[in-house]
This record gives sequence, structure tokens and C-alpha cells, in this order.
Amino acid sequence: MAASRGTVVGSILLRYGNKYASSHTVATTICRQTLSRQIGTSCCLLRKNLAAAGPEKFSEEFIKKQVEEFNIGKRHLANMMGEDPETFTQEDIDRSIKYLFPSGLFEKKARPIMKHPDEVFPKQAAIQWGKDGRPFHFLFYTGKQSYYSLMHDIYEKMLAVERHQDKLRSKGLFSQDAKQISLVGSRWLWKEELEELLVENISDHDYTRFIQLMERLLSLPYSAREEESVQRYRRQLEVQSSKQEVPPLQHDEQGAAYSTAVGRRKTAEASLVLRDAGSGKVTINGKDYLQYFPVLQDREQLMFPLHFLETLGRFDVEGTVSGGGHSSQAGALRLALSRALLTFLPPAKVEDMRQAGLLTSDPRVKERKKPGQAKARKKFTWKKR
Amino acid sequence: MSLHRLSSRLRQVATQARQLHISGNGQQMEALAVEADAGVARELCFFRTRETDPACHAEVHLGQYYTLPSSHLRTLFPHGLPYRFQLQMKTFNESCVMVRQPALEIISHLKKTDFSKPAIRYLLYGVNGSGKTMSLCHAVHYCYTQGWLVLHIPDAHLWVKNCKELLPSSSRPSRFDQPVEASHWLKNFKTTNEPFLSKLKTTQRYVWTKRESTEEGSTLAELVEQGLTRVRSSSDVVGALLRELRVQAGGSLEGQREHGALRVAVVVDGVNALWGQTTLKKEDRTALVPEELTLIHNLRKMVKNDWCGGAIISSLSQTGSLFTPKHAFLPQELLGEDGFDSMDPFVPVPVSNYSEKEFESCYLYYLDRNWLQHSHSRTEEGKKEMIFLSNRNPTVFERLCASL
Repeated sequence: MAASRGTVVGSILLRYGNKYASSHTVATTICRQTLSRQIGTSCCLLRKNLAAAGPEKFSEEFIKKQVEEFNIGKRHLANMMGEDPETFTQEDIDRSIKYLFPSGLFEKKARPIMKHPDEVFPKQAAIQWGKDGRPFHFLFYTGKQSYYSLMHDIYEKMLAVERHQDKLRSKGLFSQDAKQISLVGSRWLWKEELEELLVENISDHDYTRFIQLMERLLSLPYSAREEESVQRYRRQLEVQSSKQEVPPLQHDEQGAAYSTAVGRRKTAEASLVLRDAGSGKVTINGKDYLQYFPVLQDREQLMFPLHFLETLGRFDVEGTVSGGGHSSQAGALRLALSRALLTFLPPAKVEDMRQAGLLTSDPRVKERKKPGQAKARKKFTWKKR
Repeated sequence: MSLHRLSSRLRQVATQARQLHISGNGQQMEALAVEADAGVARELCFFRTRETDPACHAEVHLGQYYTLPSSHLRTLFPHGLPYRFQLQMKTFNESCVMVRQPALEIISHLKKTDFSKPAIRYLLYGVNGSGKTMSLCHAVHYCYTQGWLVLHIPDAHLWVKNCKELLPSSSRPSRFDQPVEASHWLKNFKTTNEPFLSKLKTTQRYVWTKRESTEEGSTLAELVEQGLTRVRSSSDVVGALLRELRVQAGGSLEGQREHGALRVAVVVDGVNALWGQTTLKKEDRTALVPEELTLIHNLRKMVKNDWCGGAIISSLSQTGSLFTPKHAFLPQELLGEDGFDSMDPFVPVPVSNYSEKEFESCYLYYLDRNWLQHSHSRTEEGKKEMIFLSNRNPTVFERLCASL
């Protein structure tokens, strides 16, 4: 069966000439990918942006065929496993593959997989030349046809806006303060994102040129006419703190409001109960915080969230902390305290807290000691002999 | 008219020892004088009291600062004040002590005591840095102004550690003398109680060596002098001195005094050192126990309440103590079982952190002394910050405000 597929691929290869000869082994192994592990493809896929590296490796027909085969293979697999082929999902496929081809390989990528061809083959540009071997696009020989055509398009739009402005000027309706495109809360596409969009590799220089051209378009007073095309190259920035989980407000038997939160830093773990309408009493592990943290800096850490929100002396804090040293314990309590405080805050303050770095857990940990070295970085004294 | 007012103002200003140039603008000067007057009056009523006699201190003075007269300071506390307070005195060029509840409590008890009964023991205790020693000093000042004989041991812990010279006692071979500590203490004792020493006579003959002895009927001043000149015998001299004071306390003082009776205040800071452990070693490298030290042995007899006509005021102290847990502060924790049994019965006097009023007063005092320099420290927010960081603990607050 594999051999027959091989011939099919061979016919495709023949059609597109001998430039594909080098990828023959790759193509044949891919034919088998529906049910078995991929050996040759991984190196092929790892190459960054395969399509942009040169003329495309896989024709549209080939991909279509792969999809067909995948669907048939999926049904076969469902039948083998005794399940309904209609409702057989990707999760079921993964489970079955794991069952049928158990693999002890450490590297996950090296284990057998079966996935939809869209996920296996990188997105690639369509074939750019006809049967006679002539390219469709007039910019084909620039080597970066989609990039340059994009630049042409944008410039075209700029000219259109300028023409519109001239027309208004001649009518005497021109005004400098026309409606502008709002750029707040969004950013230009990154270079990588643009590359993905164009399915082409572009250089840093090209990218700067693109941004410059966009800025020039935006500087025109009537650029709002082209808002739609501008927004296509911008991404919305989301407010980071909206992802923050706010612990729910709870009430104890007396009806007093409180909230709990946890925090950690290095190896210290802290959990904390925060009570409103208190007297500013702080206890840690049942002790007064002054006794628990004799070092001023640790108390300053503990104070920071309360001080930042100007709520010193309002909340009662009852914390438990274990593990780590005194400064990591203070850091863990600080994080827990900031999280617990969110419950009692208006949502607008959350972003302020995040920007002050109060909601970010400190990722730094102790670096491991290396063999052959005195410490993590320190070397033994070098002696010639 | 206005000229008259101006001159009267100027006189006031002059009495406050302020140097003003008469040639300056009269208007300005007047304004300045008014400001100074108002300022002094306002601040005084807030956190300062002019009452320098501890006997007159009452509830109304709670949380206010009173000034220790510098003459008393030299005689009464040649060695008795804590180091940080001495630094602060030097910086502020004045010695102000806050009137606080524990000291007032002790003073009011002392006022009502019947001195024909055995001496009552007072024990100050509290968390680290809560002001036990300063309250003790306040009580000592009261005793001093009342004309008591003050027997002040500023830190008993110093006697059980870091002893340079440890000699076997000549009188009791099982005990050990500390000549340096004893003579040092005798010198300070002499400074404090100079007037009493010449009036009190020994009741017994003391033999120091084959040739040296102190006859019965000689003054205590001679006894102390013996200890100071013959350093070897100073520990025994301390013992003899304490014995004499125990015997003669409550008895009538010779002649002049209208109260008549001799009152003795035994003041021991860090009383838990008497029953704790020591870091000292004997010749054979085994650890000493405190009662083997002559000084401690005699001091233990002094804090026993088998004598009349005085009071024993003592305070516990974790700071400086040996082999005690860091956060221990309760009497039973620090004194141990033996110590607690031998101190029992005593009047416990708890010393706590500053109350809100006391903190406010302390804060204003530091502001007044320009000790808080940061512009933020004058704001309400800055004050809250200081409260949080110090948790109203006097020592921590002092260190927070002090220079680095």
C-alpha cells in the first residue's frame, strides 16, 4: 500500500520537475504518516517557515489527498477501536495511537502521532506559476512578492487618500482636524506575525520600511478613510490584569467580611486571611509580626501592598507561612496579601497593582550548583599544575 | 503703646536665651516672638510636662515627657541608663523620660507601703524593647528624690558573663570573686550614695586579711574605700555592704533627717541572671553556677525579702540573658522554676508597647527635636507607615527614626 502511494507521489514529483528530487524520501514517509510515526518530517518541519525558504514543497493537490487519506484512516482507526467513526475526535485518535503504539521515548515529539495535515504541514503560499512555467505575479522575480505587493497596496491607499484631500481642498472643505484613527490599546504586528501573514521571510530592514510607510499613511489628516486596512495590521492589546483571578468575598458566622489567598516565593508558601474593618493587627503563624520579622526589610515587604493602597491600619491579617528563609517568607506573604486585597478593591485598582508589580510572583529561584565548580557560577581557583 | 508691648515681648525672648538683633525690623521680631511663645506653650501641653519631681507624677502626666535634672543624672545614673538612651541624650542635649503606666504604678505602691513589713518585690516584665529599663529608671529617680539609699545594679547579666578576672574567694574557697566588676560597681555606688555612707556605721568587725580589717563602728565610707583600694577584697566588701544595709534598713538615720528611717531601694535590672546559667568556666573547665559567684550569692540574699524598710524593684530582661529563647518574656519562662519560687511572692508589673497616646507623644517629641528629617514623616501617611513598621514598640521606633 505504501508502495502504491509512493508511485502516486512519484507522479506528482515528475510533474513538477526534478527540483523536488531531494525531498523524495520526505514525501514518501509523509505518505505513511496517517498511521505511523514520522521520521523524516520532523527535521523538515523544524526548518523555520518552510514555505518562505524557496518554491513550495507540497502542492495543493497533494495536501488535499493527504486530508482525504487522513479522514479514511480516522474511520479505520475508529472501527479498529470499536467506536463510532462519526463522532471520533482528535482526542480519541491520540488515545488510540497511544494504546496501539505504546512508546517509551522520552521526547514527546518523537512519539507516534496522527494529526490532521493542516497541523502537520506548515501553511504555505499557493503555486505561483502556471503550466507554461511563467509566474502569475509581476513581482515574482523580486523574491519577496507578497511583501512588495503589500507595500504597493499601502502606497496606493496613501495616494487615494491624498487625492481625496486634494478634492476637498479644491472644494474648500478641507480641514486639518478630521477624525483620526484611534491607535490606543493596539500595536503593530510584530515581524514574525507579518511573516506569517505574508508567508515570506522578511528582513528587519523590510519590516522598518513597512512600519515607516504605515506611519506615513497615518500622518495624513484624512487617513481615517483607510481605517479598515490599517487595522488589519494592528493587534488589540488586552488588559493584563483582566486575567487576574480575584478571590471571592466570604463571610464568617458573625457576618464579618474576609478573603483568603495564597502566595509563594522561592520555597516559601504562604496563606493568609484578610479581615476588613479591623484594627490593623497582623499575626503570622500565631505570633506578632514584629517578633516574627525582626528585620526591617521584611516588615517593609509586608507593608508595601497596604501602603500602596493607602489602607494601613484598616485590615486584620492572619497569615501562615512555611518553608524558605525569612525574606522569601516575607515575599510570599506580600504576594498573598496583595491577592487577598483585590477582593476589597474597585476593579480599576487591579491594573495599578499589577503595574506596581504586586501581583507578579517572583520567578527567581536558587541556581543549582554545578559539578566541577565551587558554586553555581564560582570556579575553583585555577592552578597551572 | 506698641513700643511698650514690643519691649515686654523682647524681655520674654531674652529670658528664653534667644539672641535677637534689636536693629532688625520691629514688626518681624514681634511676630517671631509671638510665634515662639505660642509654639512653646502649645508643645508643652502636648507632650512635655514641667513636673520634674517623680513624686508629683500622676495620671494626668501619662504619656508626657519630663526632664531628668542634669545634677541627678550625674549622681544617680553614673552607669544605669541604657546605651541607646545615652546616645539620644547626647544628640538632643537633654534627658527626657516619658511618664508611663508601669512606673506610675510602682511609685503609687511605694507611696502607700508600710515599711515595717518585709520589703515588697516588684517585677517589671514585658516584650523586648517595651521600655522596662526606662520605667525602672523612672522608679529609681522617685526613690532618689525621696531621699532613699539606692542600690542600683544596672545589668545583672554583666556579672555572669565575659568576666576577665575570676579568682577563688579568700574567705570561702568554694566561691569565686570578680574584683573588676565589684570595684566598678562600688565606685558607682559611692557616687550615688555619698551622703549616706558617712552617716552609717558598721555593726560588726570585718577581717579581710591577716593585717587588714575594718573595725566595728567605722563608717560605711571606710568600708567602700577598703574595697576600692584593695581590689582583691572588693567582692567581699560588696557582701559586707549589702549585709550592713539589710541590717540597718528601716532603722533610724543618725540625726539630721526628719523622716528618720533609712529607706533602701534595691534595684536590679535583669534579675533573671541570678537564676540562669553562666558562660564562665572553672579551672577544670566545668561550668560555674551563678550561686558560686560571690556577687550573685550576696545579691540573692538582698532580693530575699527577709528585711524591712525598703523595696526591691527588679525587671526581667531577655536582652543580654544567656541560653534563653528569643521571644521569651514571661516571668516563669525567664526566671525558671527555681527563680520563680525564690522570687515568689512578687508584684508583677506588665510593660507593654506604646499606646496610641504615648506613640503620638513620642512622635511629636521626635518632630520637635527635628529628629524626623524626611519630609514624608510629617504627613499622616508617613506616620501610619512608622506605626506599621514599629508596631508601636519603643525601641524599634527609636531605631527606625535614628540615623543609620
